[in-house]
Amino acid sequence: MSKYIFKRLLLSIITIWAVITITFVLMNTVPGNPFANENRRIPENIYENLIRKYGLDKPKSEQYITYLKNIARFDFGESMRSDAETVNEMINRGFPVSAALGFEALLISLIFGPILGTIAALYQNKTPDYISMIISIIGVSVPGFLMGTFLIQFIATKFDWVPIGGWGEFRHTILPSITLAMMPLAQISRLMRSGMLEILNQDYLKTAGSKGLTKSVIIMKHAVRNAILPIISILGTTISNLLAGSFVVEKIFGIPGIGMFFVNSVFNRDYTLIMGVTVFYAIVLITMMFLVDIAYTLIDPRIRLIKGGH
Amino acid sequence: MGKLLDVKDLAISFQTCFGEIEAIRGISFHINKGETVAIVGESGCGKSVMSGSLVQLLQMPPAYYKSGKILFQGEDIVQKSEKEMRDIRGNKISMIFQDPVTSLNPTMKIGKQIIEGIVKHQDLNKDEARKKTIEMLELVSIPQPEKRVVQYPHELSIGMCQRIMIAIAMVSNPELLIADEPTTALDVTVQAQILDIMKGIQNKLGTSIILITHDLGIVADMSDRVIIMYAGKFVEEGNVMEIFNNPMHPYTGKLLGSVPRLNMSRSESLHSIEGSPPDLYKPPAGCPFFDRCDKAMYICEHNMPKRNYHSDTHYSCCWLNCPMAKDTAEGNEI
Amino acid sequence: MGGLAFKQDMFEKVSRKSHKTVEIKRPTIRYWEGVWHRLRQNKLAMTGLIILIIMGIMSIVGTRISGYRYYEQDLTKINQAPNSDYRFGTDELGRDLFSRVWLGTRYSLIIGICAALIDFLIGVLYGGIAGMSSRGVDVAMMRVAEIIYSIPHMLVVILISVVFSTSGTGTSVFILILAMTITGWVPMANLVRGQVLQLKESEYSLAAESLGASKGWILKKHIIPNALGPILINVTITIPKAIFSEATLSFMGLGLQPPSPSLGTLTNDGLAGMAVGRYYQIVIPSIFISLLMFSFNVLGDGLRDALDPKLRR
Repeated sequence: MSKYIFKRLLLSIITIWAVITITFVLMNTVPGNPFANENRRIPENIYENLIRKYGLDKPKSEQYITYLKNIARFDFGESMRSDAETVNEMINRGFPVSAALGFEALLISLIFGPILGTIAALYQNKTPDYISMIISIIGVSVPGFLMGTFLIQFIATKFDWVPIGGWGEFRHTILPSITLAMMPLAQISRLMRSGMLEILNQDYLKTAGSKGLTKSVIIMKHAVRNAILPIISILGTTISNLLAGSFVVEKIFGIPGIGMFFVNSVFNRDYTLIMGVTVFYAIVLITMMFLVDIAYTLIDPRIRLIKGGH
Repeated sequence: MGKLLDVKDLAISFQTCFGEIEAIRGISFHINKGETVAIVGESGCGKSVMSGSLVQLLQMPPAYYKSGKILFQGEDIVQKSEKEMRDIRGNKISMIFQDPVTSLNPTMKIGKQIIEGIVKHQDLNKDEARKKTIEMLELVSIPQPEKRVVQYPHELSIGMCQRIMIAIAMVSNPELLIADEPTTALDVTVQAQILDIMKGIQNKLGTSIILITHDLGIVADMSDRVIIMYAGKFVEEGNVMEIFNNPMHPYTGKLLGSVPRLNMSRSESLHSIEGSPPDLYKPPAGCPFFDRCDKAMYICEHNMPKRNYHSDTHYSCCWLNCPMAKDTAEGNEI
Repeated sequence: MGGLAFKQDMFEKVSRKSHKTVEIKRPTIRYWEGVWHRLRQNKLAMTGLIILIIMGIMSIVGTRISGYRYYEQDLTKINQAPNSDYRFGTDELGRDLFSRVWLGTRYSLIIGICAALIDFLIGVLYGGIAGMSSRGVDVAMMRVAEIIYSIPHMLVVILISVVFSTSGTGTSVFILILAMTITGWVPMANLVRGQVLQLKESEYSLAAESLGASKGWILKKHIIPNALGPILINVTITIPKAIFSEATLSFMGLGLQPPSPSLGTLTNDGLAGMAVGRYYQIVIPSIFISLLMFSFNVLGDGLRDALDPKLRR
């Protein structure tokens, strides 16, 4: 088991390194440098200073080594556009917001996805199944930016209690987290439905029935428990999808999270911020994937045995 | 000896999109206290449907009780509600199934799967239930029971899993155990162990057993009486001696002829039964074995033979029993 | 024994020659015929397929029958509601939304289909080579793929479009496709490798090998036909993913650059119209995106059910 965790950890670190390297290479393939292709001309001496300040006069290999070293110390450098804040400070400000939003969306999809899927499977080809199917079709067919836009237009502007954007109180989180949760919710409920349908025909449910257990105990303890396991295994992907969705959702609802910083930095061509946020996101995501994988291995006894090195 | 279970003219059908499938077509039998009755037939003859129907463990719908009664200790199972059935299942009537590996929940510890049934039917606290679990594991001869209770099914061998299934079935000391092909998935050596354990428990606790199988070898070993089932009907019933020594139905004869024997000469080949059983979607009006029977007569095709008793315990349903038949049943022996 | 009248001849033995048992003969259905048959019965999937065919045809001819070019501005006819002349109305620059929406659909379809095809080509090659190679090579190749796939997809897509849009050319269809496929090919490679490994070990491949069939023969006659189903499903679900990414990117202003219309940019342009009640400017492109996503998704699901009847109950 510990051997497996170690191997998995090593792989995660290599992946993070790969992301850093790819980001670095990509950002350095941009022709010229970030200060050169500005519309307004910068005085020569200031330009020289800027180049020196960000170490752009040094050879690329040296820049790369310095960058790696800094990231190892969790130092993402200074923003090229904002003098007031370093990249670290921006991440510190934005990450709790993004994390809270993402967590709430994850919670919604993890609670309602399995419920919808279970109901759909128990009432296969009956009205509840169709309702659940419609919800999941909407979830996969309507992209987040449309969902968010229409929620603002038709709910936020009609009901004062749900604000059209901003951040601070719980009510600010309602619409964005619903928007963000729709797609993973749909995916989870589909997975849950097919898993339940398969398990409902398994022999061990017949055994449970022959013990005289009630239907609800059989479904909760034997069927749902086993159908939920595969969902844990796709949690990594779900989190990754939430992250992708958060860019646009934060932009639509004006939420000061990392996603918004990232999108803004892309428009401002704030290279250090782009690189910093990319690498930070990658680290968070890869760490989450690592944890999910370990958790799944611990929860499912069958996998525990295989990976435990027997 | 009182009748523990008395099934009267039971018929079960499945409602499907193609129409009615008549899986069980009017069967009657009884089980006395403490005896073992084997129900033998080939795959698809309705054995498993019948066993499930005895405790209402069929998917209803599509399955439904078409007619008949299942009197268990004098009360009709067919009329019982789901709630009443829950007090019978696992408590008075238990079941074990063919494949022990898929019949155990793969992600639940062995101990928990046994305790579930104990807690449901007996008024025991946690410690007592745990103790009872260990006792049950000892009853089915599982070594190191304290260690096993925290293991998962996949950590045990298939034979061990079937013992666990027996332990689960026996927790509440049921009156009747329905064993649906309990040894089919097992190796021959393991089969013998499982049968020994079942016999031992029966001697100790006086449980009646319905043994459903297609293996005549274990029938001779285990049972007091044998019922031969074909296409949703019983074609012959008798005690073990009568069935093995004096089979009266051609199908029984063919079944016996298909079992390899040690004293067979090398030139002798095993008999197989050609053809396949009739489709129960539209079962034939006459004898269901008509298509495959060597001794079939014109009367067999459209007329179903009634029971004909050869002794108090032995009957068969075959037109050959009729005195007008030239080729009498005595000629069936192989 | 009932009202049956017994006659001696009823007890004559049946002669088997004269009395043949009825043989049940079902027509054998070939594999793909069966798949198509099951797919046709799936109403949702068929709806998706029909919508896709109509949208595919319209995305080609739609711009021609509108009578206006997608970039033609007519400042005397701005913000017109849908009418007989401008079927989907005009935007705030007086451009015909009918041709813009169909062109956007065309871009979405091109990006989706090309991304799926490239994923397919790389995935089949990479996965096939890994699966057929020795164990060491296989493990190394799959590790590399695993690392690439761990890189967050959306980050790569945004990064690539940033890099190329700063170089002055703007983000083109080609660059978007490139961005989608950089990490997108990995699931296909995994799938193909898994199929190859599984089938390589399968009994019928062994049987073929024991009969003296060559590796190429087994690949052609056994492995490819059997792997085709799962691959087809994967292609069908890759397309909406790419369409979704492109639309999101364009909505944020990081995708296709004006005046090229994308369904995402059209939706973003429509935001302003919606604020003053011109809903058609946003609703029409929204419906188009959703219809595309819906159709590909239900078609993919339908295909999965049709290819694997066991899963369908």
